[in-house]
Amino acid sequence: MFCLITADPIDPSQLARQVRRDADGAVILFTGVVRDHHAGRAVEALEYQAYEEMAVAVLRQICEEVRATHDVGDIAVAHRVGELAIGEVSVAIAVAAPHRDAAYSASREIIERLKREVPIWKRERYSDGGAEWLGGHD
Amino acid sequence: MRVKCLFFATYRDVAGAAELELELPENSTVSALVRHLRAQFATSALPTSPVVAVNQVYASLDTVLGDGDEVAFIPPVAGG
Repeated sequence: MFCLITADPIDPSQLARQVRRDADGAVILFTGVVRDHHAGRAVEALEYQAYEEMAVAVLRQICEEVRATHDVGDIAVAHRVGELAIGEVSVAIAVAAPHRDAAYSASREIIERLKREVPIWKRERYSDGGAEWLGGHD
Repeated sequence: MRVKCLFFATYRDVAGAAELELELPENSTVSALVRHLRAQFATSALPTSPVVAVNQVYASLDTVLGDGDEVAFIPPVAGG
């Protein structure tokens, strides 16, 4: 299991490679990327802030719980912090499993729980000059 | 006793700092710390019942604090 908060660009394919074992028939790779709009406003860039030590601990806890309840193999999660441009990868989740159903549902559960439980925050900078911390899940 | 407070995102803007060391009476609860901070910042931007973590674990407002504890104030999270 691998959980990382990083200021460096994420290489999703590296995560997918590192989780695969010979017993796995499926590797699901989810990537979240920075989009150029939110609620009708043009977004220019995003800044992510994290309570890093706790974020890693909560991520590990989530991955352990997901592994206990799904028939999956290894899991790797990486989340960016700092300023990101449109199109950059903000989060990547790789899940390997013997069969695809478990990999899909585990991947889905990890991203949904990450958005609700992991202490990470996002500030949008808009093309019209404003900037706001987002408060909630989308 | 001394506790270390950590602020993130909107709360960091309110506190004007990422970290703050505070002297509190022995056996103070998280609630007492929140009241202290709301008075110090003279703001309602820090809610009366914020989500907090004590030593990196989510904790309730009636948690009793100890010397050297790290209390993080966690505004609504928005990772992903």
